[in-house]
Amino acid sequence: MPYEYLDDIATSDAAFKAWGDTLEQMFIAASEATMNVMVGDLDTISEEQHREIRVDSDAIDMLLFELLQELIFYKDAQRLLLRVSNLSISEQDGQFILQAEARGEELNMEKHDLVVDVKAVTLHHFRVEQTAKGWEAMVIVDI
Amino acid sequence: MAAIKDFIKISDTVWEIPTGYKEGMRVPARIYATEKLLREMDEGVIDQVTNVATLPGIINYAYCMPDGHWGYGFPIGGVAGMDARTGVISPGGIGFDVNCGMRLVRTNLTLEEVQPHLKPLVDKLFERVPAGVGSTGFVKLSQGEFRRVVELGARWCIQNGYGWQEDLERTEENGCIAGADSSKISNKSVERGYKQIGTLGSGNHYLEIQVARPENVFDAELANAFGITKPNQVVVMFHCGSRGFGHQVATDYLQLFLKVMEKKYGIKTLDRELACAPFSSREGQDYFAAMKCAINMSFANRQVILHRIREVFSDVFHKDPEELGLHQVYDVAHNTAKLERHNIDGRYREVLVHRKGATRAFGPGNPELPGIYQKTGQPVILGGSMETGSYLLVGVESGSQTFFSTAHGSGRSMSRRQAKKKFQGKKLQQDMEQRGIYVRGVSYSGLAEEAGAAYKNIDDVVAATEKAGISKPVARFVPIGNVKG
Repeated sequence: MPYEYLDDIATSDAAFKAWGDTLEQMFIAASEATMNVMVGDLDTISEEQHREIRVDSDAIDMLLFELLQELIFYKDAQRLLLRVSNLSISEQDGQFILQAEARGEELNMEKHDLVVDVKAVTLHHFRVEQTAKGWEAMVIVDI
Repeated sequence: MAAIKDFIKISDTVWEIPTGYKEGMRVPARIYATEKLLREMDEGVIDQVTNVATLPGIINYAYCMPDGHWGYGFPIGGVAGMDARTGVISPGGIGFDVNCGMRLVRTNLTLEEVQPHLKPLVDKLFERVPAGVGSTGFVKLSQGEFRRVVELGARWCIQNGYGWQEDLERTEENGCIAGADSSKISNKSVERGYKQIGTLGSGNHYLEIQVARPENVFDAELANAFGITKPNQVVVMFHCGSRGFGHQVATDYLQLFLKVMEKKYGIKTLDRELACAPFSSREGQDYFAAMKCAINMSFANRQVILHRIREVFSDVFHKDPEELGLHQVYDVAHNTAKLERHNIDGRYREVLVHRKGATRAFGPGNPELPGIYQKTGQPVILGGSMETGSYLLVGVESGSQTFFSTAHGSGRSMSRRQAKKKFQGKKLQQDMEQRGIYVRGVSYSGLAEEAGAAYKNIDDVVAATEKAGISKPVARFVPIGNVKG
């Protein structure tokens, strides 16, 4: 997968970098990386439920922050483990709008290898940037 | 990391980084540690504690406790007192898990009495105190009632039969901090939290059965005052916080502060995670009132868990919890900001003390302490790793040097990823069982991340706090049973 966990940053938390040729691909990779902190094997999540995600922000990095927070919200509020697809980002009057589909199921200790809970996305060293190859994000999530 | 030569050695356990180290530092930073612990600290600590020193209104120093390590915003182990009139409040100085803390419960049982029942006891606790990702509790509430819980804290639990009246005075703030206003919290935060009362959560959260061996009681008189009276006495210690509710409250206000900090208040920070607002501003006061709701949720959470512990012990030993002497020793938080009065250069001032991974440790005679602990000073509970042990300490008068703050645990020395590469959860569980520690966890990889060797030596941390004069050890407890989040 186009993400990598970083060993030596923020000792008690989890840090990762995510990449993509396009902004949309990178956002999906970062979503997967966030969920993979909580669930050992993402392929064990069946697509039984469906949620539409729509978030907006005036900054592209905070748009990613909002998306990842949505996934954390559903995990607690509805006990849903979700994987993101069909993600699109548009811009209107300086506001970025993200729409995506999220599919998954209720978490199940027997079925899913649940590792550790993600409490929040932190803004420490948080960044989204365009590189020669596409897009890259650096994220530290609070454990 | 900054070289030892960058520090001014104030004493064997206090190291200062002067304001010249980084542009914008308003006060020096002070790290409390032995030279050994200081050398082991990661570079993030130095960077973060000096970032904290740049925040408006900071008084005296930006502190880091001996268990300090790289966090986000503040380091874990970070303490900063802000002037209530001119200073700021920052969610990054409190942590997402608002009022995460420790509760210690004693029993009148000994190791010899508990040993034959240890497995059913731990198994039943594992069953009745849900842990792990997305866990929900047995208390069924409407979202409206949850809003009452977060205003009333542990008091709500006592009113609803989940505990004893005496538990309240043995909880910081009597289990209900004044000024919690549920009109300042979002629906989202309520949705995340209203089913989670009575759950441990995950990560380094745990519930442990521990033993006070006679050779580990360092101050018999104080131990006695805290109810640790017989050889090999069994105690229960647990560590958890305000769950998804607290995490969302912190996230909501982090986002709000980012919007107003620079545009409205002209404040720039070196790390966005230090986003803040003037404490006296509308946004600052709203966050303070919302954060207090999370403080109360956390007190209620630990109160319901205590209720469950009493039920389980009663079931396993076929006696009433009263007969088993299941009295709470104390409940103390290590992720908060509190408005306190402190003596600053001979004058008492209102100070907003941020403690992130640091424990309040008031000395004897502090008016905030309940009658039973007026003479002794405040009990301080330090959770160690699941393999090594934990401590009961007490606050001391000389703690005024750090706004009466001390360490909160042993502090990690190895990242979660490194620990998972080095240890294997299932084998660790078997090894621990051979050493007399029965562990039940939700996840083997989660267990591996919490291996004892991933943490600093808690004895070193405690010794550093004692030598520095910020807290004093009373007893050390060794684990025999553990429910891992």
